[in-house]
Amino acid sequence: MSTNTITTQKVNFKVFRFNADEDYLPYYEDYSMDVTSEEVVLDILNRIKWDHDGSFSYRRSCRHGICGACAIKVNGRSTLACKESMTTMVEYFGNDLTIEPLSTKRAVKDMIIDKGDFWEKHAAVTPYLVADIDESPSCENLVSPQDAEELDEADLCIQCGACHYACPVVEINSDFFGPAAFAAAYRFEADVRDNDGQRLIDVNEEKQGVWDCVKCFECTEVCPKDINPFEKITKLHQMAFKKGVAKNNVATRHAVGFLHSIKKHGVLDEGGLVLYSEGPSIVKHIPVALQMFRKGKIVMPWNIQKSDNLDEIQKLIKSSSTVKF
Amino acid sequence: MKKLKYALFTGCTAKQSTPEQMMSTMAVAKKLNIELIELTEASCCGASHLQDYDDFLSLVLNARNIAYAEKHALTMVTICNTCQLNTAMTKHRLDRNPELKARVNEKLAEVGLEYKGTSNVIHFLYAIIDDFGLDKIKEMVVKPLSEFNIAPFYGCHNIRPSELHDESHQQKENPYNPNSLDDLIIACGGMNVDYEEKNKCCGFHVELQAPHTAAVLTGTAIAGATDQNADMMVTPCPLCHLKLDTQTKGASEAIGREVSLPVLHMQQMVGLALGCSPAELGLKHHVTDVNFV
Repeated sequence: MSTNTITTQKVNFKVFRFNADEDYLPYYEDYSMDVTSEEVVLDILNRIKWDHDGSFSYRRSCRHGICGACAIKVNGRSTLACKESMTTMVEYFGNDLTIEPLSTKRAVKDMIIDKGDFWEKHAAVTPYLVADIDESPSCENLVSPQDAEELDEADLCIQCGACHYACPVVEINSDFFGPAAFAAAYRFEADVRDNDGQRLIDVNEEKQGVWDCVKCFECTEVCPKDINPFEKITKLHQMAFKKGVAKNNVATRHAVGFLHSIKKHGVLDEGGLVLYSEGPSIVKHIPVALQMFRKGKIVMPWNIQKSDNLDEIQKLIKSSSTVKF
Repeated sequence: MKKLKYALFTGCTAKQSTPEQMMSTMAVAKKLNIELIELTEASCCGASHLQDYDDFLSLVLNARNIAYAEKHALTMVTICNTCQLNTAMTKHRLDRNPELKARVNEKLAEVGLEYKGTSNVIHFLYAIIDDFGLDKIKEMVVKPLSEFNIAPFYGCHNIRPSELHDESHQQKENPYNPNSLDDLIIACGGMNVDYEEKNKCCGFHVELQAPHTAAVLTGTAIAGATDQNADMMVTPCPLCHLKLDTQTKGASEAIGREVSLPVLHMQQMVGLALGCSPAELGLKHHVTDVNFV
């Protein structure tokens, strides 16, 4: 039994309200409550509904961090309401908290959003095992513990959408699959039983695919199951090269270009990298490049200060490379 | 106070597209009497792209860089958020996985090096704040930036993943409400500007493959700072700096609004407050003119 004493503090809530059937615009309602250190965010949602306004709407079900229904945003941070302690929220943001749905522009009623884009993208990555399975096997179809570890906990995803609606790219590029769909794609790509050939190709397509990830780690930071979607995206990049699916395009050349540069100089040749990645399309960078050149921001390849002991780096590249493109 | 001494991993941009960042780092270190031993043997960290191609090679190269800092028995200081991420992440993974560390060391042994895990990896921003101390900075300020509203732009890789940040640095940073750079602005006499995009992404890493996404992120960040009356922005990351300083035309087109603000490197801001000259800090190397000095 915990010996921690329960503390209470006053917290002011600004709560997003909207009913798509009745309201033209959303509004915020204020509530002040004494919040105890053992409450989670969902307790607050319940208290608003039970003690203040029965019409307040939100999704909830399991209350054990497994159904993924109750994800919302607190001060802009995606949060699984039934798992997130109020103490942590106050530590993060102080005593004035704004409660909003995962995506205000997708709001249907209060905390409830239309998660249609999330599910569409999830479905688009074939989020199930594609395998020729003997329906009357004579013995169990075993997966070794080592092979199971390859999933790297991607199978723990509860599709709550916290990462999807924390991802800045999802909001700019509506085709982008988003971190949850990529984690799902990885979960099945990493499964030794899976033999779907198309999934990895699809998640590598331009516009929708893994290469548009901005590497901001917002998804990793919010995931309530610690799945680290960013890492899964990285692994999908690596898989594309290993399985020979990576197309020869600006994104893949951008990754490979670093190797060429390091081999030659130890350090990066910035201009060389852009040239290698873009090919003839480099012309579109000329206006900015000229501005930079005038300000002394462009070093010519012959003036690049190479790393000392470059032979060491070259030797290591030779002996440690694990991929060919 | 004992003289602070670090192994400096400059990263590549400091030697190429952001020479002012190298100049201001050295100028500030001189003012603060911090000794920086440049790791001239270091290679590029891979900028979080090489790992997409070859993860193991990326680990080996980053471990080699850290091994050189260990040879000096010094903490490694980075001056780029992405260098910080890649180097600290390599350390994080090797220190937690003896099998992986052994595999990496097997390769390093071929060139007579070993990764031990004895050197910490920190960003220069936190060397200034944690090791040198904000109070001492405040005492040394001779030209306070008191006329200016300064918008901090933290850059993703210094604050996320927060687990990695907290492991590397003394000062914890709330990834949703970071305050180190705000504190530094205040110590330099400036007014820190609070705005929604201060802890958001600048889009740098997809500039080539997803230029529209990158430009919208850059534009939104500058617009956010502008709308809160910022006179300038300040960032500890040269990659963010490149986006915010050199890409304003594309960013303006992408968001349908003319945006442009002078952007200082964190080192330049400190340097100005400590009385360094604009020339020492390389202010002439900015594409968006620094028009207030």
